[in-house]
Amino acid sequence: MPQPLFYLFVAVMLGFGAAVVLLRNPVSSALSLVVSFAGLAALYVSLNAYFAGVLQVLVYAGAVMVLFLFIIMLMDIREEQRRKINKVAVVGGAALVVGFVVQLGGVLAGYEAGRKPLDRVPLQLAEAAEARRAVGNVSPGITADLERGTLPDTKLVGEALFTRYHLQLQMVGVLLLVATVGVIVISRREDRVVSGSGE
Amino acid sequence: MDWFLVLSSLIKISGFTFLVILPMVALCSLAERKVSAYIQDRVGPNRVGVPMTIFGAKKDFPLFGLIQPLADGLKFILKEDLTPKHVRKFYFWLAPVLTMVPALLTCAVIPFGSYLNIGGREVKMVIADLNVGPLFTFAIASLGVYGIVLAGWASNSKYPFLGGVRSSSQMISYEIALGLSVVPVLMVFQELNLGMIVEEQDRNGWLLLPLWGEGLSWQRWALLLPMGISFVVFTIAMFAETNRMPFDLPECETELVAGYHTEYSSMKFAMFFLGEYAAMIIGSGLIVTLFLGGWSIPFLPTAELAKTTWWMGLLHMGCFLTKVAAFIFFFMWVRWTLPRFRFDQLMRLGWVFFFELALANVFLTALILMIVKR
Amino acid sequence: MAYVVERPKLSFAEKLYFPSILKGLKITLGHIIRLMRGRTKVTMQYPEEKWDASLPAHYRGAPTLVTDEVGRERCVACQLCEFICPPRAITITPEQIPTEDKWAKVEKRPREFKIDMIRCIYCGMCEEVCPEQAIYLRKDYAITGTTREEMVHDKKRLYELGGVREGLVNKWNELK
Repeated sequence: MPQPLFYLFVAVMLGFGAAVVLLRNPVSSALSLVVSFAGLAALYVSLNAYFAGVLQVLVYAGAVMVLFLFIIMLMDIREEQRRKINKVAVVGGAALVVGFVVQLGGVLAGYEAGRKPLDRVPLQLAEAAEARRAVGNVSPGITADLERGTLPDTKLVGEALFTRYHLQLQMVGVLLLVATVGVIVISRREDRVVSGSGE
Repeated sequence: MDWFLVLSSLIKISGFTFLVILPMVALCSLAERKVSAYIQDRVGPNRVGVPMTIFGAKKDFPLFGLIQPLADGLKFILKEDLTPKHVRKFYFWLAPVLTMVPALLTCAVIPFGSYLNIGGREVKMVIADLNVGPLFTFAIASLGVYGIVLAGWASNSKYPFLGGVRSSSQMISYEIALGLSVVPVLMVFQELNLGMIVEEQDRNGWLLLPLWGEGLSWQRWALLLPMGISFVVFTIAMFAETNRMPFDLPECETELVAGYHTEYSSMKFAMFFLGEYAAMIIGSGLIVTLFLGGWSIPFLPTAELAKTTWWMGLLHMGCFLTKVAAFIFFFMWVRWTLPRFRFDQLMRLGWVFFFELALANVFLTALILMIVKR
Repeated sequence: MAYVVERPKLSFAEKLYFPSILKGLKITLGHIIRLMRGRTKVTMQYPEEKWDASLPAHYRGAPTLVTDEVGRERCVACQLCEFICPPRAITITPEQIPTEDKWAKVEKRPREFKIDMIRCIYCGMCEEVCPEQAIYLRKDYAITGTTREEMVHDKKRLYELGGVREGLVNKWNELK
């Protein structure tokens, strides 16, 4: 991706991210977050990670934030009131931010591979295809894509999830299922108890 | 920079959106009225044509009313653009745009033709040849709900609000069925690039019509059952996603006046209208691409021929448009046949029936694929 | 005695709804095909096709004034029609017929006779009340104009539309 576009999307992402906090209307905040997600998705796409970018839009902007908006509208949450600023909290928050930035800087400074600009490192698709053939060509679809000169990022994510991280995926699935069932159990109205206590 | 690529992309974008989709949207509004009229034993609009009487001629030239969309557009532009006092202005103006834009964006990944041979170079007839085609369309289509929700909320009155709430819950519910029903299809193709999916169907028979190439094998016929279920669920979910009858609860006239666009007038209303039809066209395009072989001509695998001759590419484009038009007719036909669902029935159908059916279908397909591939 | 309506028990096929949906689609497609083949009677295409030929004898169109066989205007400006007119569409300005006139013994005639066709409701009461059989409802129905003034029929226009009526007409005759 050309440099100007990168900075444009970064500006969109950060600007609207700040707007989420600064705007006082909850609906405006939610929509700013959506735009921020869109900027993030564009950055993913610029890194050839189409799948992650599309999922960012599909899941976060398209589903999660719609639910957020839905709830904000249904609950009719009013504009935030100006509050007195708690100095201790501000100092603590600022310290947290500074600490995080310093840490991030330290990590990035030590990351040697990140020094090279991305466009100087071409994707070595043909070599990757050869390497895959050498180890037995497990998923022929991926190899074919690599030989055609496209990056099959979706298929690679799928392969990684369903082979190497299979157990973890199953565990997360079970965890989510338990959470869902738990929510239903908690939010269910206890009709029987109410009618029983009335007697 | 490859100027040929940039130029051809620009031509594809502007040509497909402004010369194909938008005129189709306009003609759809005429077709909708014609179909409804024919079903109800009426004639429908047949007057608007070339107004020869203005130039002093004796008779007008009616042209079967084909100019009606132009007259409609003129009417929308000339009407007073009313912004009620009680609305939230910024979002009130933003909402129509947010319905129109995602609907048009989704057409970027739909292959509307095979190849077009221009001066010895073959140009792929798709705006963005992405490897995540169906996911992209779902992602952008899921953004379309913002326009409706915001319109309902920003109008700041009861009926639009109810329409907005209904539409958001309906779209979220049916997105799940939509996404799950397409999973078996992707499992069969093992491919997420819509262009490749169509080429595969061109060689080996459409997904729902495996009658040539490899399609004649019993393996493909065994897959016909889950593919049929996928097709039915996907089509019905698409009806719900595009807010078409029998699922047009966000704007049902008999209950909610006009639903989410009650407070809108003039061109802003027209934007909702156009966005809805554009979504319908793209939805039909996606169904045709996934299940009915996209641009491919039945029984004649001609993808290779299109790379070398110029006329085959045009023929493929015509084939795609014909199929889409036929499917749009189906949309309208259903609209003027079926009555509207009740909202709880709609939710029940989505969550209890289609969701489970689509999920079971994934496993059924996996099972059949496991047996068949061995 | 209370009568309980039992809910019909639906079979599995009926519960699926698909057969009935397909049946409905078939019916509507049938309508489309029948219309496209020209088998359906549709609305009259008005300006091209007109129903003038099949107007019934008792049709009530625009009210007009008539002259008799010798060219005398029948109206004597009695103003009965003006008074009975429910929407008050008729305005008559009477005048005395000068003594040197051939029909001086009739004494009165309308100097101006105006019917506002925007107001007229085509009820035919003027025709019924007229003692001189001077005002008749004719079969003109397409009364149009681009201004309000144009829609007010004056005496000249009314005689133009009405033409000549000969002899006495039995009003209560079904055929006029």
